[in-house]
Amino acid sequence: MPNAEMKNRAELMDFDTALELFEPVLGFEVHVELNTKTKMFCGCANEFGSGANTNTCPTCLGLPGGLPQVNKKAIESSIRLGLALGCEIAEHSRFARKNYFYPDTAKNFQTSQYDDPICHDGSITIELESGRLVTVEIERAHMEDDAGKLTHMGGATGRIQGADYSLVDYNRGGVPLVEIVTQMIEGAEHDAPEIGKTYVAAIREIAKALGVSNARMEEGNVRCDANVSLRPRGSNVLGTRTETKNVNSLRSVERAVRYEIQRQATVLAGGGTITQETRHWHEDTGITSAGRPKSDADDYRYFPEPDLLPMAPSREWVEELRLTLPEPPAARRKRLQAAWGFANLEFQDVVNSDLLDAVEATVAAGASAQAARKWWTGEIARLANAAGVAADSLVTPAQLAALIELVEAGTLTDRLARQVLEGVIAGEGTPAEVVDSRGLAVVSDDGALIGAIDAALLGQPDVLAKIRDGKVQAAGAVIGAVMKAMRGQADAARVRELVLERAQAIE
Amino acid sequence: MSEITAEQVAHLAYLARIDLSPLEITSLTRDLGQIVDSIAKVSEVATADTPATSHPMPLTNVFRDDVVVPSLTVEQALSGAPDRAGDKFRVPAILDEE
Amino acid sequence: MTYLTKLSAAALSELLVSKQVSAVEATRAHLDHITAVDTDLHAFLHVAGDAALDAAAKIDARRAAGEVLNSLAGVPIAIKDVLATQDMPTTAGSKILEGWVPPYDATVVAHLRAAGLILLGKTNMDEFAMGSSTEHSAYGVTRNPWDRDRIPGGSGGGSAAAVASFQAPLALGSDTGGSIRQPAAVTGSVGVKPTYGGVSRYGAIALASSLDQVGPVSRTVYDAALLHDVIGGHDPLDSTSLTDSWPSMAAAAQAGLTDGALKGVRVGVIKELAGDGFQAGVTQRFTETLALLVAAGAEITEVSAPNFEYAVAAYYLILPAEASSNLARFDSVRFGIRVNPASGSLTSEHVMSATREAGFGDEVKRRIILGTYALSAGYYDAYYGSAQKVRTLIQRDFAAAFSQVDVLVSPSAPTTAFKFGEKLADPMAMYINDVTTIPANLAGVPGMSIPIGLAPEDGLPVGLQIMAPAKADARLYTVGAAIEQLLEARWGHTMLSQAPALTPTEMFASKEGAV
Repeated sequence: MPNAEMKNRAELMDFDTALELFEPVLGFEVHVELNTKTKMFCGCANEFGSGANTNTCPTCLGLPGGLPQVNKKAIESSIRLGLALGCEIAEHSRFARKNYFYPDTAKNFQTSQYDDPICHDGSITIELESGRLVTVEIERAHMEDDAGKLTHMGGATGRIQGADYSLVDYNRGGVPLVEIVTQMIEGAEHDAPEIGKTYVAAIREIAKALGVSNARMEEGNVRCDANVSLRPRGSNVLGTRTETKNVNSLRSVERAVRYEIQRQATVLAGGGTITQETRHWHEDTGITSAGRPKSDADDYRYFPEPDLLPMAPSREWVEELRLTLPEPPAARRKRLQAAWGFANLEFQDVVNSDLLDAVEATVAAGASAQAARKWWTGEIARLANAAGVAADSLVTPAQLAALIELVEAGTLTDRLARQVLEGVIAGEGTPAEVVDSRGLAVVSDDGALIGAIDAALLGQPDVLAKIRDGKVQAAGAVIGAVMKAMRGQADAARVRELVLERAQAIE
Repeated sequence: MSEITAEQVAHLAYLARIDLSPLEITSLTRDLGQIVDSIAKVSEVATADTPATSHPMPLTNVFRDDVVVPSLTVEQALSGAPDRAGDKFRVPAILDEE
Repeated sequence: MTYLTKLSAAALSELLVSKQVSAVEATRAHLDHITAVDTDLHAFLHVAGDAALDAAAKIDARRAAGEVLNSLAGVPIAIKDVLATQDMPTTAGSKILEGWVPPYDATVVAHLRAAGLILLGKTNMDEFAMGSSTEHSAYGVTRNPWDRDRIPGGSGGGSAAAVASFQAPLALGSDTGGSIRQPAAVTGSVGVKPTYGGVSRYGAIALASSLDQVGPVSRTVYDAALLHDVIGGHDPLDSTSLTDSWPSMAAAAQAGLTDGALKGVRVGVIKELAGDGFQAGVTQRFTETLALLVAAGAEITEVSAPNFEYAVAAYYLILPAEASSNLARFDSVRFGIRVNPASGSLTSEHVMSATREAGFGDEVKRRIILGTYALSAGYYDAYYGSAQKVRTLIQRDFAAAFSQVDVLVSPSAPTTAFKFGEKLADPMAMYINDVTTIPANLAGVPGMSIPIGLAPEDGLPVGLQIMAPAKADARLYTVGAAIEQLLEARWGHTMLSQAPALTPTEMFASKEGAV
């Protein structure tokens, strides 16, 4: 019988065989960190990257005597998120204490919600690459506060195992979270890993579109716990599930679900049993490992938070908030692709580069969709990549639209436009200002061009003779010399026309 | 009504993170048994149709505006710490639960 | 200057306002008296000393500069050690917080400073306010000024003893199940538990969040009212704080001193809080007081509160449950002591458990374990859930009673002060002692205890509890002040002037003291 812990992936049953024997049942708990100005229960700044323990107060430090006060904006964001997930907004909701000891949890209880979550019973439909539509039912979305951040010191790996001691920074402690819990997802079959990835991507996209979260997975704004269980084909009894914690990138969600299906299938097929436990995903080795078994030690002793009052969001408020919901991201994508006339690959490129907003705003500022796409996913993305920053942090859609307009008016060539872009990024001003200050405009004054052309023709009498003889292709050498003399600031097509004209006219 | 065992008390002490001595477990088992017997009578009158009261005053929707107020200084925040390293609280190695 | 300690806060305030006495003089008189008597009584865990004198000097300077200050500016006050003070250690009577100086002030403490009161120090209490005798303090007992072999009540025994022994004219207490009212009763002082939400809990170290309330401790009803007016009102940092605007409690107390204040007042006597289990002398003084009320024109009605029978049981489920969670933060990470385990590995988990084992006293451990049990999976509905339903029933009893009467009365405690050690061995006996005071906390209604005489059999103070509907705190002050005036007129003196002298200095003082 194989050990429940695979030492390496080679021992795993392959995915297809696993699916032949078992049906996977999934469930996801996604934590979305809200981007309110202050924390959930106190007025400390909700800020990423501040100095350690600078955003703390008696309440979020769990000092004796500290008391919580609910952030109205966090409630509003939670309700909007719930509405975007098609949830009912509870008429009566309340906070509850989830009691457990851990050094990153200042009060040694988490202020969460138990039997009366703010949002419940929603669903979203996601589209897989095959075009298959999957509806994921949402059981609940509830509010809670985040824990502080632990750093494990000493030991070889910086991991908790083998650490000599740990350090705690409570800046993140008390930051508002919404935890979105799905119902069991059945019938996923071979698509299970992709469903995980696509579902989490959809939640992230919705949170971002609502503006309720920065939704950066790499900063932990969106975190996923993936539940997986298997049941043998032909059985209707659910298998024991495992909960793989903190799978924090889309690709990892996909890989972790796939791995867990293969691992459980290997164990079950070998006559073993699955332990109900939390598991940890290891990005480097691509496996999960056992964490704490679920047991009665998980007696969280929930009870209604006595320091906070129940909430009864009025129906009027809920409807007001419903009116603020943006177009659902999936519908918006369909609409924009049609409007812009992009091919699937072109559109995917924009979406995957997270540049939908940027392109849309650039088009709104007057640029053509194709030009906007070409610049954002091309030159700007290249520069952003090199600088290690987000493309939309380099230039504004308005600046790019102005640049594109200069190109289309013939004031700039593509090559000149790239130089202007550099100037804009360097903070030298608007594209027009950079054109002026750097003197980069195309020379459209025929007089100046004619002077240069005449000089070039007279400097190469043999070429002049060939052109006059009708050997038009010989003009290339002269055009080159002219462009060089004009330091590139000339429209090559116009130069060509003038060269042919002057070759006949010149004395 | 409820017979409290020493094992139960030991488990409760674990949940509450109190390293009770065996003597304390013995005496608490006895105390708790007596106390629980005396207070279990709440279930006599707590009928299904009686609503629970968790707050003495029936307030709802008490919210705060999302406005930043000054935090403690780092020195204030750490002033009571039994141990610190730089601007962080220092705690002994954490048992592997991760 | 010793006579200054004998004055009520109101009387002292008059001397301060008219500049016949300086705040420094008043403060020094109290500090001297503390030095003289508190080694024996041990009402204080910390005495502010020079810091108090400095604060007093600042008040004197401001007053001299013509600034108009709160009438209590310059009046000294003692603070129960459950309240966070950023210039004094705050231990809640627990070893686990030994030496902890909070980086912030409780809202009520901030109000006191803003009004210019002089903080004399921090008073002793049962650890985390768990107890009715102050015997559960980690720092030793406080003695009852009436009989030093007896308890001063609890948990706020330190505040009550400080006021009763003239070490401070005013003190702050906190009342979760009687911790202001019962110590007031057994020390012959006045104590008020305001309506839940009437006074901010921010910075009060939580025992049971849905029951705790901070309130005044004093020697006269009017003094309590003056203090109530300083500490009361809405605090956005406490979500359970009421936003109501409150009438002046001082004005309400003054109204009680006018002729006929009790005429037509409907007073309900709670049938369930009398009779068996009540000491004969307590019942006697209570009955006499009712007769006095009738003579003053009040209408006495007997009312029944059938569910009060379950109040103690519900209380000893709700309190430990909330306390077990509130006290989880004492984990040796951010504040307080840290104790390493005697054996085993030095992990965070073991250090937490060893710290809590060493830092918490027996009663605290008992209640944490009980509360952990009450909230455990499988027991929640039977215990905590049922207790919350009992709370509804008790609120209904109060509602029914207050539909017939204006105030409810009962003895504040079933007995006078008991002897040290008398109830320590039997936790339930100690718990039952709170039977009179607990219902008000469960329902959130305000309650007051005033002295109504000495029990003939032991010569110890007896208290009358007055309760009013939620938010009708002012009614307590009117009725309380009226009864106080009737009793003192009959006695010809205040009750505390009859307390035994504490030291030779005291005997001298009481001769020339203004009582």
